[in-house]
Amino acid sequence: MPEAKNLPDAEVLCTALADAMRGHVDPAATVLVGIHTGGVWVAERLHAALGLKRPSGSIDVSFYRDDFNQRGLHANARTSQIPFDVEGAHIVIVDDVLYTGRTIRAAMNELFDYGRPAKIDLAVLADRGGRELPVAPSFCPHALSLPATQMLALERADDGTLAFRLVDK
Amino acid sequence: MSAFGKSHSPQLNSHGELQHLLTIEGLPREVLTRILDTAAPFSEVAEREVKKVPLLRGKSVFNLFFENSTRTRTTFEIAAKRLSADVINLNINTSSANKGETLLDTADNLAAMHADMFVVRHASSGAPYLIARHMAATGRDHIHVVNAGDGRHAHPTQGLLDMYTIRHYKKDFTQLTVAIVGDVLHSRVARSQIHALTTLGVPEVRVIAPKTLLPTGIERLGVRVFHDMREGLRGVDVVMMLRLQNERMQGALLPSTQEYFKSYGLTPEKLALAKPDAIVMHPGPMNRGVEIDSAVADGGQAVILPQVTFGIAVRMAVMAMLAGN
Repeated sequence: MPEAKNLPDAEVLCTALADAMRGHVDPAATVLVGIHTGGVWVAERLHAALGLKRPSGSIDVSFYRDDFNQRGLHANARTSQIPFDVEGAHIVIVDDVLYTGRTIRAAMNELFDYGRPAKIDLAVLADRGGRELPVAPSFCPHALSLPATQMLALERADDGTLAFRLVDK
Repeated sequence: MSAFGKSHSPQLNSHGELQHLLTIEGLPREVLTRILDTAAPFSEVAEREVKKVPLLRGKSVFNLFFENSTRTRTTFEIAAKRLSADVINLNINTSSANKGETLLDTADNLAAMHADMFVVRHASSGAPYLIARHMAATGRDHIHVVNAGDGRHAHPTQGLLDMYTIRHYKKDFTQLTVAIVGDVLHSRVARSQIHALTTLGVPEVRVIAPKTLLPTGIERLGVRVFHDMREGLRGVDVVMMLRLQNERMQGALLPSTQEYFKSYGLTPEKLALAKPDAIVMHPGPMNRGVEIDSAVADGGQAVILPQVTFGIAVRMAVMAMLAGN
């Protein structure tokens, strides 16, 4: 994997992201919602690093995707789990990579079907550019620019280590 | 070449994706498993403040019921509405069929109203297939057809929701003994259940019924036949009761319903012969005191009401998968 040399270290970015969020979250009240699958891994790290008291949620945006009419239903749709009252909550949506912004729109639409949050922030490990919607991260320790032919994927090793990999589409 | 072109099954498109759901027979195990897997996240939607997801927003689903049904039509309607589709219900009693319009004319007229999906129940076996073939032959293969029960042939969503229920309680199909009890002869539900169970790898499927309520050659579907209910229930993990279909009875197949209950009604005593953790299922509507004792229907082993709830999620999964293919 020669290109891996130029990629950011996901473990370092997890720590940097937690540092950026500290002071902006209330451990007793703030809740995280990870987007399947990478975002759920990152949310687990943040939850521990920030000492959050309330359980995190997870979202699979398959039912809210805007490309359903072109691509059909995603083959491995999973159950979204929101183990807290969304009404009035401070929610941080957590994802691995921010790209077009469409996934984040879908996640926000889904969250609003559970209630009306007081505030939603967005935390991502990396912003790769290429936005198609007016979405900006609240917390993001790394920005890079990638051509549309490449995808930045977060992977988790058996020992739990997170690492980025470039995938040609 | 048929109007469906080269695809192996009229239900699958050229990519092997589900285009219509007409019968479980012949569907690969992967397709059945994918439907069950997809239904799981849909069941969670019912727990939300807003019990809706936007997948079928702007789509029109026509419930075409040429035969009476309350539960099936209602659960299809709820499923479509929870997918944000617009739902139009048509019942035979108020439709043009009584004025002489043919099945395909009815379908053509609804297609001209920009239908995206037909959910069809009909007393004649093959009616949904006829509509699907007609749509394909006339270049309207973007319209999907779901069979909601046709004659004695098939009731695939019932079969699928039964499989979802079994998997929910028993996890692994490949270790189970399942008994289907009752009027197999007239039952489209039984046919769909048998095809689903054998496709999903259930090693022993039993049917328990009097000779007069069994179709000839049922063994060819891969089932063991029992005429003695006590013998057939011994050691089973799942008991799937069928409704005694009074309205479909022709001639005297049975001496009396009391007599039937004595031999084939599920009582606590007979259920005790199954495994202690066996579950009892029934597709509804139940005839209490005919095929099932109230003590069993309302007892701790019955999962009859969860079946209804799961049916909504399974129908959501089927409609969402079809609409996306």
